[in-house]
Amino acid sequence: MNSATPVDTYSPTAQLSIRNVAKVFWGKKDLFSKLSGKKSKDFVAIENISLDIEPNTFVTIIGPSGCGKSTLLNMIAGLSDITAGEILFNNHPISGPGPDRGMVFQNYALMPWMTVEDNIRFAVETVYPKWSAKQVNRTITEHIQLVGLTGAEKKHPHELSGGMRQRVGIARALAFSPQILLMDEPFGALDALTRGFLQDEIERIWEQQRKTVIMITHSIEEALLLSDRIVMMTRGPAARVDEVLDVPFPRPRNREIIDQHPAYHDLKAEMESHLFRETRAVEEARISG
Amino acid sequence: MTVSDTNTSIPYYGGEKESLFFTEGVRAFLLFVGSLIAFLLFWEIGARAEWFASGMPTASETLKELWWWVTNPFFNNGPNDLGIGWNLLISLRRVAIGYFLASIVAVPLGILMGISSVARKGFNPYVQLLKPISPLAWLPLGLYVFRDSEVTGVFIIFISSIWPTLINTAFGVANVDQEYLDVAQTLGASRLRTIFKVIIPAALPNIVSGLRISMGIAWLVIVAAEMLLGTGLGYFIWNEWNNLYIPNILVAIFIIGLVGLILDSIFAAVERFVVFGRNS
Repeated sequence: MNSATPVDTYSPTAQLSIRNVAKVFWGKKDLFSKLSGKKSKDFVAIENISLDIEPNTFVTIIGPSGCGKSTLLNMIAGLSDITAGEILFNNHPISGPGPDRGMVFQNYALMPWMTVEDNIRFAVETVYPKWSAKQVNRTITEHIQLVGLTGAEKKHPHELSGGMRQRVGIARALAFSPQILLMDEPFGALDALTRGFLQDEIERIWEQQRKTVIMITHSIEEALLLSDRIVMMTRGPAARVDEVLDVPFPRPRNREIIDQHPAYHDLKAEMESHLFRETRAVEEARISG
Repeated sequence: MTVSDTNTSIPYYGGEKESLFFTEGVRAFLLFVGSLIAFLLFWEIGARAEWFASGMPTASETLKELWWWVTNPFFNNGPNDLGIGWNLLISLRRVAIGYFLASIVAVPLGILMGISSVARKGFNPYVQLLKPISPLAWLPLGLYVFRDSEVTGVFIIFISSIWPTLINTAFGVANVDQEYLDVAQTLGASRLRTIFKVIIPAALPNIVSGLRISMGIAWLVIVAAEMLLGTGLGYFIWNEWNNLYIPNILVAIFIIGLVGLILDSIFAAVERFVVFGRNS
């Protein structure tokens, strides 16, 4: 098993550098919890992960359910504390959330009481309180156009389909120009067809902006279509990075012809066997445990 | 075959299709009207045949009385002979003041209790202890402290209508979807901006249902409290009881119910307005 980045050989050009990061969810062991029978054990979600992410790359993290992918992404976003190790962003350790990282949520996380426009406005005005109304409005219009939702500005999220809601989620995350986009299974809640549309959309937007993206997914095809590098994680608890694959397909990519590339089937087979092995181990552990 | 013919080619398998005039709504309305007529008839015949207590007014007598009070709502011949419109306005005014004061205390305090678990745990014993007390238990204390029936009425409304709003607001704020808070956090929103732009709007459906329950309670309590105060709908009933004129009591009961219904409908409309597709 070859480790992703050998310890202490970090890339100097990395935009985001994850160094020996671990995450432990501490159990309740105080006297009160002991007496009330709510005592719980510590849970090591992530043991020791090191990973360098270069600027302008599309990185996908894939792994079996419950392997701590989301935990890792939340630590990068600053929403979750880092137990050990550090995450450097532009050579500065991450100490909390901030608008230099934009987040796209699996369940969209749109404010239901705000229109499409106002959801994006909330983000832009929060990040740039000194912008003029004109500048804010221009940014909103641009990004609604970017995700193809022109005409739906005044609609509330409950009037939109799941795919349209996630377009708003993406527009909101891009509107305040973060340096890096974090996507936590962004298409997980969508049906296959809508999923495909949005993948194509992400591919198109990525070609325009070439922003660094870290995306979590369960789908092998999605990872192969979109990413430059695929990080495969082992099963939890104490998840690690198993292997990092480089995806050599030329861009712009097209889902119809991408499988004609000579490396496609080897990569896919390798990912499948990895995921199959890990997922089976998870199931076995659940039966014996 | 023309396009318009395609309709007839679809076979009808029953169900769903309803006749134009005999829909569920129409049937419910007919049931309502039918049962109302039956009830009024039973009342009329029963009262005439003296099945109930002797002196029980007949339905026609009561309806006549109702019509008279509704068409002459505003006259003033001293506190014991006041139009029902004036009494209603007096009751509504007391409810409005007490309820407004209760709301401006309950909503901010509820938000505080929702946000801070220390505040929640610290204040919860007071809430749990004071909530189950009957509003009328406060009446003697209010009269002693304030030495004024008007202020006491407002105080009783205040103390009884504060709890549902407080509890619902605290619940709504404490249960704001973590994802909304994550969004605000990743954007670097300040605590104040998060509270006003995210937490309060997210909790608004709960806050409004709390306000709705509080309003219902305020309207229940005012009638009881006014029987021991000087004016208002409650006193009107008490006064008619002293006059032993039952039709007017029935008129007042009907009007109290009707006004309560209207107040509740207003809040139901506000609730629908703040839901935005969320199930509450």
